[in-house]
Amino acid sequence: MIGIEHYVVVSAILFVLGVLGIFLNRKNVIVILMAIELILLAVNINLVAFSAFLGDMTGQVFAMFVLTVAAGEAAIGLAILVIYFRGRGTIAVDDVNRMKG
Amino acid sequence: MDFKASLALIAPEILLSLSALALLLVAAWSRNSSRLVSILAAVALGGAAFLAAPALCAGAMGPDTAAFGGQFAADAFASFSKILIYVAAIGCLMIAPTFFDRNGAMRPEYPVLVLLATLGMGIMVSATDFITLYVGLELNSLAAYVLASFMRTDDRSAEAGLKYFVLGALASGILLYGISLVYGFTGATSFEGARAALAGELSMGALFGLIFVLAGLAFKISAVPFHMWTPDVYEGAPTPVTTFFSTAPKVAAIALTARVALDAFGMQADAWRQIVIFAALASIILGALGAIGQSNLKRLLAYSSINNVGFILIGLAAATVGGVSAMLVYLAIYVAMSLGSFVAVLMLRDAEGRQLEGIADIAGLSRTKPVLALCVAAMMLSLAGIPPLFGFWGKLVVFQAAVEADLAVLAAIGIAASVIGAFYYIKIVKVMYFDEPADVVKGGSDWAHWLILGVTTLFVSPLGYLLTGPLGDLADRAAAALFFVA
Repeated sequence: MIGIEHYVVVSAILFVLGVLGIFLNRKNVIVILMAIELILLAVNINLVAFSAFLGDMTGQVFAMFVLTVAAGEAAIGLAILVIYFRGRGTIAVDDVNRMKG
Repeated sequence: MDFKASLALIAPEILLSLSALALLLVAAWSRNSSRLVSILAAVALGGAAFLAAPALCAGAMGPDTAAFGGQFAADAFASFSKILIYVAAIGCLMIAPTFFDRNGAMRPEYPVLVLLATLGMGIMVSATDFITLYVGLELNSLAAYVLASFMRTDDRSAEAGLKYFVLGALASGILLYGISLVYGFTGATSFEGARAALAGELSMGALFGLIFVLAGLAFKISAVPFHMWTPDVYEGAPTPVTTFFSTAPKVAAIALTARVALDAFGMQADAWRQIVIFAALASIILGALGAIGQSNLKRLLAYSSINNVGFILIGLAAATVGGVSAMLVYLAIYVAMSLGSFVAVLMLRDAEGRQLEGIADIAGLSRTKPVLALCVAAMMLSLAGIPPLFGFWGKLVVFQAAVEADLAVLAAIGIAASVIGAFYYIKIVKVMYFDEPADVVKGGSDWAHWLILGVTTLFVSPLGYLLTGPLGDLADRAAAALFFVA
């Protein structure tokens, strides 16, 4: 029997993978965008699982909002990446260092 | 609460969204309309502030202010923050055209994006449900990512936009994950429902949710340990955009944090107080130490804003009506100081009209540009909290609230750290008044810059103390509205 705990554990693992994907990734920025989507996916699994568990629709409505905003976020992220690439000719994470820090 | 009454409560938001959409059409049809769009956007913001004002003056609170079944509250607290946000946004619209014109980058989309970001901030400060909170926060953030990379051909601006986007999206993800946990363990997305469900013992899941939510919000207000994006984004973004980032979104995010902490998590104040106290002290100390080695003025002001967020969080840590009121007073003064300092940076240009940002460039400014130097000195001494200036009053009320809430140790460490902070503010004054003139700052500035610098300088000057009565009164009303449920 698959219970709520299983969903929460899967979502926690996905969330951690997403966060690690942002911090450990040294290759390119596209991977970071994928990691961000992974985090939002983890959140959606959580919301839908809790919604079914509680018998409350709010969580599913929230998941719809998250999906919509995630689409907008990805579009803006890619657009910024394009103008960045135009100026610098690279999207390697190690090269994002025009400013120290 | 019927639908009509709800619509009346969100009048400022309706005005802003309609004008943003209409102005976007104007921008799409005529490319040379940036001045017109800027002016109309400023008028719309003024109108929204006018619509929001009655709630503040009447000290509106309670069920009458809840719109759409408790998703949104147009109370005095929201109204206070909104007026502050709208005024800061108008300031940022006024200073932008000259800057972007010189770089050939002025587009009518700039005021439209500022309007949309401001709309998102208005929703943030009024949110009484996690869904409303998320939508408002993202509306603000998505517009802000674009604003940061607004000068498309400039490497630093694009890089600032990229960094802001990645870390902002991560922060939103962390915040959302926390919200999903809070929802799972309380069964509610409304602040009211979460508050009722958290009344007893705090379960492990809900505690994790609380920590994730606060971590996500700390990112947005750039409190230590989630501050690392601030110096880079502030340095790289175009200066008018940096001015915007350091004023309006900061007010919105701090007001939002206060509402989440005191409303949704109000019954668990002991659980989050330690986190807020840690973030406050770490921000004050790191903000002060980080600024010392900086040679870029925008970077230095970024650390200064981290430092100021720490003082504001001391007011929140008190978790009393007095604490929130002190926080709001500090915020109002901080917005004026921040606006003034960045406008002053914006006015530093060399003979060819290029922007100057180095501290070395303002050496001996008092001899070449005495009025500008005087204004910058007033801003810096006020940020440092030197008594005759108004910045001192903000620090005083915050520390007073902390002492009254039995957090005397916190106040003492805060005062000690503000002495470290005073070092670099005073260093700027010393460079301007006692160093050999570098004599690179040339060229006049337009009236909008002088107007804003003049008004903010008057506000932080000892004349500002005339406002302590009305400002404190309004902040008290706003704080009382926030605590209505308590």
